[in-house]
Amino acid sequence: MAKFTDDTKRRLDALIARYPTAKAALLPALWVAQEVYGGWLPPEAMQEVADHLGVPASDVAGVATFYTMYNKRPVAHHRIEICQNVACMVNGADELIGYCERKLGIHAGEMTADGTFSVERVECLGACCHAPALMVGSTYYENVTEQTVDKLIAELANMPSESVNPPQSQMPEQGEF
Amino acid sequence: MPVEQTQLLYRHRNVPGINRLETYVAHGGYEQFRKAVVMDPEAIIEEVKVSGLRGRGGAGFPTHIKWNAFPKNRDVEHYFIINADEGEPGTAKDRDLMNALPHLLVEGCLCSMVAVRAAKCYIYIRGEYIEPWKSVQKAINEAYAAGFLGKNVLGSGLDFDIYTHLGAGAYECGEESALMSSLMGERGMPRLKPPAAPLPMISGVWKRPSVVNNVETAATIPAILELGGAKYAEIGVGSPRSRGTKLFSISGHVNKPGIYEIVLGTPFSEVVDIAGGVRDGHQLKTYIPGGSSMGFAPPTPLDYPFDYEGIPQNTQTLGLGSGGLMIFDETTDVFKVTHRLVDFYHHESCGKCTPCREGLDWLSKIYARIASGGGREQDIDLIWDICDSIRGKSFCALGEGAIWPVMTSLRLFRHEYLSYIHHGRNTYSEAGQLGA
Repeated sequence: MAKFTDDTKRRLDALIARYPTAKAALLPALWVAQEVYGGWLPPEAMQEVADHLGVPASDVAGVATFYTMYNKRPVAHHRIEICQNVACMVNGADELIGYCERKLGIHAGEMTADGTFSVERVECLGACCHAPALMVGSTYYENVTEQTVDKLIAELANMPSESVNPPQSQMPEQGEF
Repeated sequence: MPVEQTQLLYRHRNVPGINRLETYVAHGGYEQFRKAVVMDPEAIIEEVKVSGLRGRGGAGFPTHIKWNAFPKNRDVEHYFIINADEGEPGTAKDRDLMNALPHLLVEGCLCSMVAVRAAKCYIYIRGEYIEPWKSVQKAINEAYAAGFLGKNVLGSGLDFDIYTHLGAGAYECGEESALMSSLMGERGMPRLKPPAAPLPMISGVWKRPSVVNNVETAATIPAILELGGAKYAEIGVGSPRSRGTKLFSISGHVNKPGIYEIVLGTPFSEVVDIAGGVRDGHQLKTYIPGGSSMGFAPPTPLDYPFDYEGIPQNTQTLGLGSGGLMIFDETTDVFKVTHRLVDFYHHESCGKCTPCREGLDWLSKIYARIASGGGREQDIDLIWDICDSIRGKSFCALGEGAIWPVMTSLRLFRHEYLSYIHHGRNTYSEAGQLGA
């Protein structure tokens, strides 16, 4: 079942207009597809992108699987992505990951049974000077403590999901203000 | 107290509302672009040449040499590309710059676009940087509204467009040819480089003249035009080939981690003092001078010029890199830190070339074996052997960058590896020992 509406196609055309070739719009187009398909890219999503951009489906699959932020399977509503790289590590990232795992009763890389939360180890977020850091959706949380995590998990439970609605798909019109 | 540092990029960093156009303009913003837009492109390149500016992204390549290789006409479209795919562990400066001073980046891009005769600029921002992306896009939109972007800008007859482009999670896209692949909608894999392929300034993205510059490099251009290249070149207290100021992300075990603009050549000990010194009650064990790919440095000497030349000469590391200085005190398990970095590079290797793809896979397995207590003494020779198979043989700099932390940590902290091999744990970091 195709899910791209006329509005989706209009958005993709606006993206294509930003580049000399349609293929160059592939990365932003995949962000839009990830939004339309609820946070991940099933094969149909890749096919729809391929059809609209006029790019072979194999190329789209090659690109979608190369980049880690395109999800190849459904994801949790709130993904707690904790930086595990060294600046965070020497400031307690591993302990923090362990705390989240125990609190949610899952291992890093898993999601809770109800699909609300996942805990994931990610690489350097560029928040080295305020370590340890984590991100949920579009928001960075820095100098994170166990108390921050407690508060965050309580708040997130009632907040809209940014994994099913990735902020990266909202490319503004050029010159829009 | 550290001596006061000349502030060029961060001069107005803490002015409230400096991310908005009117505040930026009230503090002299876009004055340099007004100057540049009516300048001869060659005159801008000459100022940059005289300034001695070198790329602030990591490689330190002289900016004017890249720019000078462009065709001296506008017969075909030229592209100016910003590398905002900041992913080098320990580096957080571009994020801060884009969040706090987006108009400085936009103005820097505009001045640079005049110099390389480009009407189009793409700012390639890593997918995680939503906040910096919004900040920069907002600045671009304000610049369109104010007439600094668009058609026939300021009556110059020149058109300027800047687009943002989001990545999707790939460290390799920070490599300039891989970034260009990614911008064209491909997997972020590196391409053949000169002399085996034409310069990107002749045939880059979409086979058009293109250049990739770092965020900070472009943001430095307005300061160079304001001061004049010669005055800019007077700033710097170390090597005659390391001029101006540089943003450093100082992290790890310091009292005041943060982003600091520091005059190149400032003694290393003073750089550490600027970040509040090694955290109280602790001692410097080792440090990484400029992003993880540079490798580990010994705790001495302390008083050498921290710049492009001083670092490799005094520490046997690769050098200044991106300016991501990570400080580690005596509690640090250097083997474990290296293990984490090996896993990082293993994960981020794009898979194009065999030495990097296979070599890092094996390194990752060997480190895991040693960490779990199953290491053997000959594993150390095996690690060296694999590094030797990657060194100078990988397609791009990722492989090279991956083995520098490995080789330098082995050279300085071999005893910690042996401790894991013999006792299954790091007796040195547990005891808070600095060396063997």
